[in-house]
Amino acid sequence: MFLKEYISEVVNGVSSLLKGMRKTGYYFAHPKEIITEQYPDNRATLLMSDRFKGEVVMPHDENNEHACTGCTACELACPNGTIKVVTKFEVSPEGKKKKAIDALVYRLELCTMCNLCVVACPSDAIKMAPNFEHSVFDRTKLTKVLNQTGSKIREGIE
Amino acid sequence: MYNQTEIIKDTSELGAEGELVINMGPQHPATHGVLHLVVTLNGETIKKIEPHLGYIHRSIEKMCESLTYRQFIYVTSRMDYLSSHINNLGCALLVEKGMAIEVPDRAKYVRVILSELTRIASHELWLGAMAMDLGAFTPFFYAFREREMITDIMEDTCGARLTMNYIVPGGLMYDIHPDFQKKVKAFITQFKSKVNEYEDLVTNNVIFQSRTKGVGILSAEDAISYGCTGPVARASGVSCDIRKIYPYEVYDKVEFEEVLETAGDSFARYMVRVKEMNQSIRIIEQLIDNIPEGDFVGKTKNVLKLPKGEFYTRVETARGELGVFVVSEGGTTPHRIKFRSPGFSNLSVLNHIAAGSKIGDLMASMGTLDLVIPDIDR
Repeated sequence: MFLKEYISEVVNGVSSLLKGMRKTGYYFAHPKEIITEQYPDNRATLLMSDRFKGEVVMPHDENNEHACTGCTACELACPNGTIKVVTKFEVSPEGKKKKAIDALVYRLELCTMCNLCVVACPSDAIKMAPNFEHSVFDRTKLTKVLNQTGSKIREGIE
Repeated sequence: MYNQTEIIKDTSELGAEGELVINMGPQHPATHGVLHLVVTLNGETIKKIEPHLGYIHRSIEKMCESLTYRQFIYVTSRMDYLSSHINNLGCALLVEKGMAIEVPDRAKYVRVILSELTRIASHELWLGAMAMDLGAFTPFFYAFREREMITDIMEDTCGARLTMNYIVPGGLMYDIHPDFQKKVKAFITQFKSKVNEYEDLVTNNVIFQSRTKGVGILSAEDAISYGCTGPVARASGVSCDIRKIYPYEVYDKVEFEEVLETAGDSFARYMVRVKEMNQSIRIIEQLIDNIPEGDFVGKTKNVLKLPKGEFYTRVETARGELGVFVVSEGGTTPHRIKFRSPGFSNLSVLNHIAAGSKIGDLMASMGTLDLVIPDIDR
């Protein structure tokens, strides 16, 4: 009786082992079904989703113009104090005063990519970009000014 | 005055004669995070297990008190990071309940589909990691292959792979990706054809069965008295699925079974989770073709203010019942917030089920509790 149980246990053990090994062997013989990506080597062909939340950027058009009015909606929506809007008054040739941004300071090291600032923006001036390789040697480089130097607000955006 | 000799004299914590106290963790590969277990051993037999918490405490509850009702949702992704979508859903449901915000049907359907995808992803990761704790390395990669498809869907639609923050009070942050339905259907086909690989590799494996069957037995009475929820309680035969008892969103419109096992051992907990994945697939199949057209977010005020009072909602995460309790004073931020996390109650049962067994069986008992440490510490 004991011998019979012992032998059946061995047979069951070996058969379950072979069953598992068959799966492993199948993928060894079918390398095309392996989906591993060789990440640092495939940077050129790496496809990122266009919605991927990597960092906040401010798109500028070819005339170096952006859509930010300096309303500070993003600053109020941010849970971490990542965004700081510095405003100034621009004087137009006709003598009219208009509020505009001096700098939109974005601190990447505080950002949690929650997307609340992008949703809060009434003029779609900022958006999320799919860049994810953010490592730098100096921490101060993570504090960025999103508007380019000499940029202006686009005509027709209030 | 600090007296060193007296502290050394006090050996009561070191255990009796012949007993050995070892520290498992906080940096231990099998605790999956910074869980610190003080295990008292007599030879190889476990006398007592005492979890020490606090290594990853970020005071999320206190943090939420200084954030508005729109902002505090993203923090809850960092509690139980494997079912972050469901955590966000629980908080959004509370704000909607308190302010009587109408949620469009489209948002409800997408929320449920994403919740179930999150549940599958969480169970897949657990299955791989649990098998790895017991010495089987291969299932980890097989489970992650399917999980990768889900994280791709999340990346396309929500913009992130783990901490999504896709749910806002009133609906969704933005509409679903145009390829969403196609990709989810591709995942369902892939999952159905590959799920039998787990059966071959893990479920029917003799070594796995003999290491989990009859190990860490939890009776139904103890499961209730310790406050266990989720797959841990359902493996002991306690019916506790919030999706069935208090249906939220569209769970009352879909057909699915609450998976129950009666053995209460580690293998039963394993089987509950594997069967639950199939039930989640069943829910997604019923909803994916019927997502109604329309708005993805309802009309809400710009500044959300909960009326004065106390509010409580519960959702079923991958680990059990998550309760969100908010005391509001009528302002823009919560006055007090409390999360009833499933992981904490499930961890409290560890000493009960593992004491008296061998140290090797601790891995099976602890692994099948499916502990996520940031969920326990918050």
